[in-house]
Amino acid sequence: MKILKGIGYAVGLPTILVLFWAVATAGEANFFVPTPATLLATFAETWFGDRILSDVLPSIGRLIVGVTAAIIIGIVAGLLIGSVKWLRDLTEPVLEFFRAIPPPVLVPVLMLLMGITDSMKVVVIISGCIWPVLLNTIEGVRAIDGVLSDSAHTYGITGRARIRHLVLPSAGPQIMAGVRQCLSIGLILMVISEMFASSSGLGFTIVQFQRSFAIPEMWSGIVILGLIGVAMSFIFQFTERRILRWYHGLREVENAV
Amino acid sequence: MPSETTDKNNVTKPAPAGRTLQNNDAMLSVRGLKKVYQTDGGPIEAVRNLTFDLRAGELACLVGPSGSGKTTLLKCISGLMAPTEGQVLLDGVQVSGPPKKMAVVFQEYGRSLFPWMRVRENVELPLKNQRIPKAERDRLVDEALEAVGLSHVPMSYPWQLSGGMQQRVAIARAVAYQPEVLLMDEPFAAVDAQTRADLEDLIRTVWKKLGVTILFVTHDIDESVYLGERVIILSSSPTVIQEDLVIDLPAERDQLNTRSLPRFTELRHHVYEQIQLAKAGHRPAAAAR
Amino acid sequence: MDNTKTARRRPTKELLGIAGIIGFLLVWEVIPRVGIVDARFLPPASEVILALVRDFGLAAFWLAVGETMLAWLIGLVIAVLAATLLGFIIGSSAFLRSFTNSTVEFLRPIPSVALIPLAVLLFGVKMESSLMLIIYASFWQIFIQVLYGVADVDNVAMNTAKSYGLGQFARIRHVVFPTALPYLMTGVRLAASVALILAITAELVIGSPGLGREIALAQSGGAIAGMYALVLATGLIGVLINLVMRFVERKTLSWHSSVRAEVIV
Repeated sequence: MKILKGIGYAVGLPTILVLFWAVATAGEANFFVPTPATLLATFAETWFGDRILSDVLPSIGRLIVGVTAAIIIGIVAGLLIGSVKWLRDLTEPVLEFFRAIPPPVLVPVLMLLMGITDSMKVVVIISGCIWPVLLNTIEGVRAIDGVLSDSAHTYGITGRARIRHLVLPSAGPQIMAGVRQCLSIGLILMVISEMFASSSGLGFTIVQFQRSFAIPEMWSGIVILGLIGVAMSFIFQFTERRILRWYHGLREVENAV
Repeated sequence: MPSETTDKNNVTKPAPAGRTLQNNDAMLSVRGLKKVYQTDGGPIEAVRNLTFDLRAGELACLVGPSGSGKTTLLKCISGLMAPTEGQVLLDGVQVSGPPKKMAVVFQEYGRSLFPWMRVRENVELPLKNQRIPKAERDRLVDEALEAVGLSHVPMSYPWQLSGGMQQRVAIARAVAYQPEVLLMDEPFAAVDAQTRADLEDLIRTVWKKLGVTILFVTHDIDESVYLGERVIILSSSPTVIQEDLVIDLPAERDQLNTRSLPRFTELRHHVYEQIQLAKAGHRPAAAAR
Repeated sequence: MDNTKTARRRPTKELLGIAGIIGFLLVWEVIPRVGIVDARFLPPASEVILALVRDFGLAAFWLAVGETMLAWLIGLVIAVLAATLLGFIIGSSAFLRSFTNSTVEFLRPIPSVALIPLAVLLFGVKMESSLMLIIYASFWQIFIQVLYGVADVDNVAMNTAKSYGLGQFARIRHVVFPTALPYLMTGVRLAASVALILAITAELVIGSPGLGREIALAQSGGAIAGMYALVLATGLIGVLINLVMRFVERKTLSWHSSVRAEVIV
């Protein structure tokens, strides 16, 4: 019964919205909005053919490489900078400035420096989404509890054991918050780098559809970007829940008091 | 913690009032310990001159008014902080960083356990870090959890337990580490009265069973007299030793009978008076001992 | 004891920060001068800063800044109003929360740039295109925070208010709103930076008027130092927005005992 109710809640509003959409587009053909049936058919024939190999997968591949590299570099550099006070003080204003630069402006800059290549698009993604991971890691490392740090110290937990058992888990919640921002910026940059400077890829294809007034195809492109976003969000939430199970439990206990 | 009091420097240094032993007998020696913090408002002298020895297997309590530099002293002894002057010797060796044969139990149990590790993992981590073999490790962890009465919750996270139980985990971690000296920094200041009585008895039991040397810091006069074989009374900041008192109560203690002994009341009264004197700024006469 | 240390080191911290900035500029100056990177593609820092200073004297530059900031402001204000209103309505009702949850979780991760073609189709290269992207992206940041804030309302406080006979409106005014305010402010601060990113993006990709379009024009026109100067300008605006939002947040929440950390939502 409870499960049924849950399913009802989950599909209720989406069903109503789709029905509303179907009714609203049912009459005479609307130039801007296709009917749900048209969109579905277009979606299948647009994306389930050659384009998966030529546009979709390469885009996703660049996204994965870029985001993974940004996360690894961000965490490693963040651990280093966060653990050394003078280094933190030295780099903080410069890093804050880099974080404040809207990442999309990196596209024309890197296009100039590297030309229009695959590696340029990956570097755009890395250089745009490294900042939230880096700065959050620094902040997480800095904010390690003094008593906890003393405890580890008195038990001889230093060096690599300290990083593994104290620093990384303690900064974990902050790092994951940074990773979440990193993922959404990464997706944005993947699309923009292809819209701005490319002859293939999801972003390029979708803009082409719009320019040639292939409206249902354009909508299907928006849908596929949305699906990628939703999939990334699910993967993130799943991973985050596993890694930070202790943190969510702790917060629940704290909030209950 | 340093208090606001900055004394003039030209006051004559009081002689060390703590009991000292021949070198070979002392497990822990504190010699002329002084700690001065440098601040914008000038130096603050938290600890002026402390000298005392702990015999191997002794249980001593350190009691003093709040702001008397108890935590500073403990951080210096545990090697977390370097003293400005003087030295700390553990088994004849000078302490310059946290020594291997020393464990510390902090007051803030909620902040001294790793919240991302289960109870068992918390107790096990220091042993793992010392590369003690798995079988030996398991035995030590089981024994320690058994000793503090926590055998039933090894897979819980610390934050799922009550405050008293969390502090038991911290004690188990210290016990499993097999230290020769156990430092305790007001470990029961943040738990309720009933739990506190239980934990006090637990400490006496563990101490007798393991024969470990314990330095127990507290601001609670009753607790210091009930627990200790000896009570070291600190003055207010800048700290010196006000008195080093032997507690001649029977070795078998229990909450009800020991606390109602006339001798207990006398000792408590005495310590209380000394602390009131300390608060009022009285110092032991320069050559009292 | 740690306070004493930080108090003593504060001046050094600022000096180190300044040293960091100078060091960064020096490295930037040297790299093209010794030829590690071609100076045509990465002009030395001095040249770029000079170009930026020159920009400060140009009306066209300030016009572009004005257009970007106007789109940013209008978009942010609309997003704040809509997200706050909807957040409080949906957050206060358990039914509405469950009913909308799946839809919200589906719509929120959709990257706003996916809407670029639609915006172009509907509005062309006008500010409305920027607004559409800005509002969509900022809305979710604030909306989610407000939902969390309303859900965070203390049961005891709510029951106390009920037992003293406070009506629905008074409860929202005196209990729900103060609890949710820190969350709302966090949302607004996050949304403010997101809105800037989307404003620049729209100008860059679509070509609606503003700094982003100037960057694209400078790049395609070969005014490389000018392009870097504009990139620096967007960074400065970003820093400025961060500082102002933090200041506003602190002012609004001066009564609040704790400075709230961002929650993972």
